[in-house]
Amino acid sequence: MSEEERNKMPLNTKEREEIAENAEVVQHQDLVPVKNEPREIKGKITGINGPVVTGTGMSDFKMREMVMVGDKKLIGEVIILDGDVGTIQVYEETEGLRIGEPILSTGNPLSVKLGPGMLKNMFDGIQRPLEEIQNIDPVFLPEGIGLISLDDKKEWETHLKVKEGDLLKGGDIYATIPETLMVEHKLMVPPDLEGEVVEVKPDGNYNIETTIVKLKDADGIIHDLKLYHNWPIRTPRPSEMRLEPSKPLITGQRVIDTFFPIAKGGTAAIPGGFGTGKTMSQHQIAKWSDADIIIYIGCGERGNEMTEVIEDFPELIDPRSGKSIMERTVMIANTSNMPVAAREASIYTGITMAEYFRDMGYDVAIMADSTSRWAEALREISGRLEEMPAEEGYPAYLSSRIAEFYERGGAVKSLNGEEGSVSIIGAVSPAGGDFSEPVTENTKRYVNTFLGLDKNLAYARHYPAINWLSSYSGYMKTLGEWFEDNVAPDAVDLRNKMLDVLFQENKLQEMVMLVGEDALPDDQRWVMNIAKLIRVGFLQQNAFDDTDTYVPIEKQYKMLKAIDHLYEKGLEGLKLGVPTSIMKNPEIENDILKMKYTIPNDDLSRIKKIEDKIDKHFSEITRKYAA
Amino acid sequence: MRKEYLKIDDINGPLIQIDGVDDVFYGEVVDIQDKNTGNMKKGKVIKIDNDTVTIQVFQSTSGLSSNNSKTTFTGEAFEIPVSEEMLGRVFNGIGEPIDGGEEIFSDIQRNVNGNPINPMARLYPRNFIQTGISSIDVLTTLIRGQKLPIFSGNGLSHNELAAQIVRQAKITGAGEDFAIIFCAIGVKHDDEKFFRKTFEDAGVMSHVVMFVNYADDPVAERNIAPRAALTTAEYLAFDKGMNVLVVMSDITAYAEALREISSAREEVPSRKGYPGYMYSDLASLYERAGMLKDRPGSITFLPILTMPNDDITHPIPDLTGFITEGQVVLGRDLEQRSIYPPIDILPSLSRLMKDGIGEGFTREDHQDLANQLFAAYSKVQEVRDLSQIMGEDDLSETDKAYMEFGRQFENHFLNQDFDENRSIIESLDLGWSLLTILPVVELDRLSPKLIGKYLPTTVYGTGKTREDLLKARKDFENAEEAVVESEEESK
Repeated sequence: MSEEERNKMPLNTKEREEIAENAEVVQHQDLVPVKNEPREIKGKITGINGPVVTGTGMSDFKMREMVMVGDKKLIGEVIILDGDVGTIQVYEETEGLRIGEPILSTGNPLSVKLGPGMLKNMFDGIQRPLEEIQNIDPVFLPEGIGLISLDDKKEWETHLKVKEGDLLKGGDIYATIPETLMVEHKLMVPPDLEGEVVEVKPDGNYNIETTIVKLKDADGIIHDLKLYHNWPIRTPRPSEMRLEPSKPLITGQRVIDTFFPIAKGGTAAIPGGFGTGKTMSQHQIAKWSDADIIIYIGCGERGNEMTEVIEDFPELIDPRSGKSIMERTVMIANTSNMPVAAREASIYTGITMAEYFRDMGYDVAIMADSTSRWAEALREISGRLEEMPAEEGYPAYLSSRIAEFYERGGAVKSLNGEEGSVSIIGAVSPAGGDFSEPVTENTKRYVNTFLGLDKNLAYARHYPAINWLSSYSGYMKTLGEWFEDNVAPDAVDLRNKMLDVLFQENKLQEMVMLVGEDALPDDQRWVMNIAKLIRVGFLQQNAFDDTDTYVPIEKQYKMLKAIDHLYEKGLEGLKLGVPTSIMKNPEIENDILKMKYTIPNDDLSRIKKIEDKIDKHFSEITRKYAA
Repeated sequence: MRKEYLKIDDINGPLIQIDGVDDVFYGEVVDIQDKNTGNMKKGKVIKIDNDTVTIQVFQSTSGLSSNNSKTTFTGEAFEIPVSEEMLGRVFNGIGEPIDGGEEIFSDIQRNVNGNPINPMARLYPRNFIQTGISSIDVLTTLIRGQKLPIFSGNGLSHNELAAQIVRQAKITGAGEDFAIIFCAIGVKHDDEKFFRKTFEDAGVMSHVVMFVNYADDPVAERNIAPRAALTTAEYLAFDKGMNVLVVMSDITAYAEALREISSAREEVPSRKGYPGYMYSDLASLYERAGMLKDRPGSITFLPILTMPNDDITHPIPDLTGFITEGQVVLGRDLEQRSIYPPIDILPSLSRLMKDGIGEGFTREDHQDLANQLFAAYSKVQEVRDLSQIMGEDDLSETDKAYMEFGRQFENHFLNQDFDENRSIIESLDLGWSLLTILPVVELDRLSPKLIGKYLPTTVYGTGKTREDLLKARKDFENAEEAVVESEEESK
């Protein structure tokens, strides 16, 4: 920072205060479902220990309410109330706080603003836009910037969908906004409100603070509907009913879609030690999956990874819509060096946004990278509270918190009758790469798809390093029908058969370690040979190759089918007594290994040519041997 | 006049507690004077509970008693003065000069904790730094602005490796300013001498700032030393536009100090007694590396840590690996076979490499060649296990080729002299020639085009040509000709 910029700092502080003040004003508006009359409840700081602050005079405060701590108005949340004494976790750096400084009540639980302006944007763990913070400090994240969230200046092209006299209930859509090229934002009546429309603005451009509809409820109270409403992040948004997930989330990643699929509205965990490619896998799913909305939470991870998302995503084109994938993406970044309490909140901020888009009828996929860092944030705060630790210092409520989070995923019929879903894909970073640690263990209990990353595969640069032996998908049964109807009648059987070849290889591998591959009988060598083709030609996928980075499900099926074709031909050959060494043909193998690169995703007819080549090769051999 | 407190209520290792304190803020710096000796000690407020204040003292607390001291709260946070004058100077862990020179005077005081960099303000690092070491340049490429730790063990040659990188790394673009910040945390006097000599021999001492906390210096100082170093680095990089290389040794000593203080504070421990916040704490160091949009300058960060018992799953390397952008792992097995640098490439990784190499940065074949070398060397490990059981003679021809590849790769690719500086092109070509030992069909990570273009036709070390190598070259040339012809035809 130059000296000149340094000199500007006092001015910045002033700006900061203004923003903080404005933030408060917003909080005091009459919003539903959060009730907040202006109040002058004040406590006093009595103790400070890292992000945990204690105060007295807090008997009128509410559990889980958001508070402003100290003269800098740091944002915090009440986590324990004991008579007059309250304990607060603070979402910003607490250095500089003094005993006796005030703690201000806001009357509201920690909430997010749900409205237009979330897409294409990046927020911190409590929904403060990182780009706007740059106006306060261009490089660093200062404390005491107050509660800013969605841009309240920007005007949105709003189309009203209701007229005076209409009766609306919670979840009903009263206006739409073409928010990005890909997403139509639907404004919904807050879930617990219903009434008659008494006033409507015409279509036009409005900022989010404009009241566009007035609603009179049964008691005759008039409620203002703006372009957003607040929702407390720790409360799941209600829906009409839960639906069974019946469609797969197509990610374009072969090992996931074909072998271990994730359902739309399903839950998946990707655990792996460092360097095994968790973030890479999360990025690939965020880039290519066929969800309508992607919410990417960088929770306690590297700053550069979020920068990479900001730099790369706008350039990438969604294969279905032809638009930049940024148009459907919301990012939440609470990197490892940002305050730990906000890291704990970031997961809930993300899932609340996901539920909101789900209620509009969209399929939302949420990437949480990494849930272990969130669990560690729980542990850190729990430690500061001097709670009795359970396993490895984690609090005893770890398991129930993980369950609550994953249970907020699912496919639902929302209050307005639209069907939407939230799929959760959580990365887990087990300490020492050991899957028996508490976070991985507890996560396994609540997710249906488990994509275990393997250190040895990563060392051999087999990417994605998803281990086919330890991974599983509980959705294989419910999605089987979809695959049979939409891909091929034998899609599921083929998948099971090829997985079996891989399992056989694993058993044979032990034998090979003792006697060498040459000593195996011919039929077993053939299995080893096919398994290698599946591993290298199918399971390995190159994220840096333009063709291979995203593969449509049809190509995935045909690739596997080609390998199966060779396998079957070989089994026929074995019956005639043809040795494996004769059946192996380097040219065919090379064609199969390279088909991921050489066959364009939109011209699959060339896979047929490989199969023809296989037929020709084998008819020549069998002619000799049959004679 | 600030209030002086004449009584200490509790002394426990590096922590002291004073009751009845008013008007103090969290993180405030404290001066403590030992009245018997007149020595001044510095400390910092780390906990406030009503009027009871817990202070972490950065110097030794021995000699202090309940009533022989004078404590003043300075009203300031822990700040150090920063300026370009610091280049060429040596400081202790809390930023005080120990080279006999004058104190640093500067209008600019920076809080050693810094503030987190806004991810929106970062620039994704993409510039390749040539270190002249084949295994790093080709397989775990260092990128300007990266944080890449060296995971070592006691007695391994991590210091030599770090010194070689410092000497050879071209962190200086043409005419650009550079600085090296060396931060010693709990290191032996010998190690510090070794580095100082390296800098002097390389003639860069005037670009070096050293922060030194010796193994026999106070433990509490170790928590500040890396922060002081990184605060200086941030100033030089982002205010003064320099390319800064920060070398820090040994992170293990830092983490031990963290544990010691945590245990004195009676905190609930997590793995192996380390505090639950160690991940966040380490991140607050590592994440200070990087580059910024719209500003010149960069901080490239090479922390060195010795893995206790060579265990990569120990909490210190484990948590580090989750934060840093890769790791360079040294192997005892290689060291014992006198291979220098003893880099165990399989667990080593550079996360930023993918965007900083290839056409326009290094060469088009770089990524695929690296993948092939990794895959082949990983196969070598399998074959070695097999040969342990069966004996090398009974291996298949292909497996024998892998055994030979493993030996040559270790002796000629990994192994190089302490002052041998190989260009990236030399290193890449060396990688290709080693692959000639393997049959061409085994090279499944490389496209026929690359094989035809770069794979030599004579087997490495023998001068013999082999059929499949010749055929690969011929196929490539035929294909090239076909392309040329078809182009001519279309004209």
